[in-house]
Amino acid sequence: MVETALAAAGARGTEVVAILDEVSSAHVRWARNAFTTNGIADDRRLTVVALGAGRPPGVATVSGALTGEAVTAIVAAADAARGRGDEPEPPPPVTTDEGDGWARPPAAPAAGGLPTFAARLAASFRSAAAASHSLHGYAEQRTRTTYVASSAGLRRRHEESSALLDHTVRSTDGTASTWTGTTARELSQLDLDAAYDGARRRLGWWRRRVALPTGEYEVLLTPSCVADLMLRLYKAADARATLDGRTVFAADGGGTRAGERLAPAPLTLHSDPRKPGLECAPFTVARGTGAASVYDNGLPLTRTGWIDRGVLSTLVGGRQVAAGGVPAAPEIGNLVLSAEGGGVGTLDELVARTARGLLVTSLWYLREVDPRSLLLTGLTRDGVYLVEDGEVRAATNPFRFNASPLDVLARVREAGRTEPTLPREHDESTPRTAMPPLRVAGFAMSAVSDAV
Amino acid sequence: MRSTRCSGPPLHRLADAALSRARALGGGYASCRIQRVRSARLEVADGAVRGSEDTTRTGLGVRVFWGGGWGFAAVPELTPRAAAAAVDRAVTLAKACPGGDADLAAEPVYPEATWVSPYRTNPFDLPEADRVAVLAGWSARLLRAPHVRTVVAYLSTVQDNTFYADLAGTTALQQRVRVHPVLFAFGEDPRTGARAALRTLGPPTARGWEYLEGDGWDWDAELASVPEELAAKLRATPVEPGRYDLVMDPSHLWLTIHETVGHATEADRALGHEMSYAGGTFVRPEDVGSLRFGSPLMHVTADRTSAHGLATVGYDDEGVAARSWDLVRDGVLTGLQHDRRTAARTGAGRSTGCAYAESATHVPLPRMPNVSLRPATGGPGTGALIAGVEDGIYLVGSDAWSIDTRRHSFQFTAQRCYRIRHGRLAGQLAGVAYQGDTTGFWGALRGVGGPDTYGVFGADQCGKGQPLQLAATSHGCPATLFGGVRVVNTGTAAP
Repeated sequence: MVETALAAAGARGTEVVAILDEVSSAHVRWARNAFTTNGIADDRRLTVVALGAGRPPGVATVSGALTGEAVTAIVAAADAARGRGDEPEPPPPVTTDEGDGWARPPAAPAAGGLPTFAARLAASFRSAAAASHSLHGYAEQRTRTTYVASSAGLRRRHEESSALLDHTVRSTDGTASTWTGTTARELSQLDLDAAYDGARRRLGWWRRRVALPTGEYEVLLTPSCVADLMLRLYKAADARATLDGRTVFAADGGGTRAGERLAPAPLTLHSDPRKPGLECAPFTVARGTGAASVYDNGLPLTRTGWIDRGVLSTLVGGRQVAAGGVPAAPEIGNLVLSAEGGGVGTLDELVARTARGLLVTSLWYLREVDPRSLLLTGLTRDGVYLVEDGEVRAATNPFRFNASPLDVLARVREAGRTEPTLPREHDESTPRTAMPPLRVAGFAMSAVSDAV
Repeated sequence: MRSTRCSGPPLHRLADAALSRARALGGGYASCRIQRVRSARLEVADGAVRGSEDTTRTGLGVRVFWGGGWGFAAVPELTPRAAAAAVDRAVTLAKACPGGDADLAAEPVYPEATWVSPYRTNPFDLPEADRVAVLAGWSARLLRAPHVRTVVAYLSTVQDNTFYADLAGTTALQQRVRVHPVLFAFGEDPRTGARAALRTLGPPTARGWEYLEGDGWDWDAELASVPEELAAKLRATPVEPGRYDLVMDPSHLWLTIHETVGHATEADRALGHEMSYAGGTFVRPEDVGSLRFGSPLMHVTADRTSAHGLATVGYDDEGVAARSWDLVRDGVLTGLQHDRRTAARTGAGRSTGCAYAESATHVPLPRMPNVSLRPATGGPGTGALIAGVEDGIYLVGSDAWSIDTRRHSFQFTAQRCYRIRHGRLAGQLAGVAYQGDTTGFWGALRGVGGPDTYGVFGADQCGKGQPLQLAATSHGCPATLFGGVRVVNTGTAAP
């Protein structure tokens, strides 16, 4: 398919990058201890990027029945999508050729483990019903095999598999609720029992309730909460938008804030395509005209620090923007926050060292209020707990907050051990994340909610 | 009326292959959707093309009820063999996930139905250069103002062709087209160094290229106003937190309607089906007919029929004919949004036609129709509403939004916020966010503008479901007045 696209481009005299994604997904959803929806979907997507001749690139994607006619048409569409304006001198094309590995067939479809997982889930429904608990959630398995090739000789292949469990356990009367998110490589590795055990423990914390007012609190954020905040920061670190003066990382008077200390704590935010358990594409795959540059397709990716021991070091951008002297490196599909020395223990250990504070277990409905300060608004969800004298004392009401992830970093007093986690606001594009629990001082809660 | 277009072998033959296989396997329900969605996105920065993408997604999805469970499977190949194989996979999944509810609300059969959304010029028929030229020209116009530093313009165009068939005998072939141009102007005050951004308010709409030529929105007038409004925003003064009377322009209120009324009245939320991700709602199915949702001035309709509505169709993705109905009448909840499953589960009688799937690879879910607040016959104009406010804020254009999982506690911000003093506008305010709870907020509805103030806006990226699906929906509303709403200043350290 990819070679057909390259041949069609050659016949037109067009320089292209062709990306074929063989995607397979299987999912199941449940609510109130019963299955609701499910699905198995296979898809095949061919993306063609037309480049060269001093014109802006054009991108066209077609999925579904990829006949020779469709492939030829999509090459023409990519060519037609190119702009007429002048394009700055692009970086040299990447020409890495994997040789024999390139032509291996795609990964096996994702659906195989779903019946077994569903059977485990059905057993959980029965257990939960007997315990007056109500299970709601979602699990998925995805496989993706990506082939990237270009007229310049690039030939690279990447295969990835991922699974996730997004699990809410509520009391059947709807007065208590907890959430767990976990990730793995395969559905069979998702531990439903462990998720349920953790939920039962937290549901026990709802036996005592206290109403708390708005105001500033010391908060303990779970790794999932931290992941949601750091992903927003990562997305905002776009070098091009920063140079336009549109992000929080733009310096007054022009340029970037690279080199500036963002957090007093020695926290490091980095990406590494070879991070064990969080492996992602070890080369750039730019299927559109977003943060990843189409000129960097196939570019090898290595460990990149975005914040180094509290100091902003690198923004997200391709070689084109980096060539202008901007400290930028290509986007990578995972994100890790870690404390110097590996952190100071687990979330439970942070709780045990807390005199008084709030344990926030997940965040929800984060929206950007002001891009220039990266001010976000959002809510806590499915469990905020009052911690006193080293123990969880009671569940309290959810809160709304208005806060910037940078402000949160600046207020970190303690960071625990980094562990893989699922951000609550995950979607298909969410990178794999590993985050520590954080103790944050003076976190301002702006309003209370009556949700459970 | 134009002919619909959907590539591949004859659609009936593909659907017959799927449905015949389902019939042979003895399933109680089966449907097949063959869908092609073409979407293009153009980005122009300061008049130069920064990105252009053209995506076409084609596939076939089947949904079955078999042996006590539901199953769904999708394939990219449009062949009878692949269609039949998809049914086998869906049945395998149905077997693995038993215990489903088989009841579907009854619906007449519509054999050979067709429907095409009204438009004059398909935006995909225009050369790329023509599309770029319009955005570049609009950008250049804004960049002439000295305080406008950067203009980024986007154009989104979508053409959706769907063929639906089910075992009952309904077949529906439909085509929808929509467009959405939007410009962001980033400004800097040369004197103070203050920075601000302003987005155009022209909404996404189910129209063709004629929309960019002024049919349905006065782009010329809006572009003329942007530099001046941006300059005023650069001079905005911080809002003093407190309770204010708020006058809302339709360009702002539509999103509040979407979040507080639209999502709150989705029956699947009320049944708890979305509890783990999108969330629930404070509305219970048994509340229909009795829940006091807002003041007696509040009348909200839902429809999938209004001209140029983003959620407007002929038939939904369960073969249900589009219709309109009331959600709130005289401030009381009178209806919910249903697909055939939730309608059966709640005893609603008939589906309201809200089943929707983003593509052939997605399972249909109950999704929001067009949800609109009715204007008041003979109601006041926007100026009259403002004139009646002693100390308040006038909000124009939507911006950030966030609401809790019960669709009750919320916060919204606006593109432009004007102080109202003694019935007159008195400059723009910065940092304005209003907070409240849905029923309290709508209970504070004190004034509803007349038909002259009515405008239709909407969202073309509304997310719901897992895997996440995007849908588009329109919201019409008049100018309105709400009394005593809590306003915070997001620019202060602890708002």
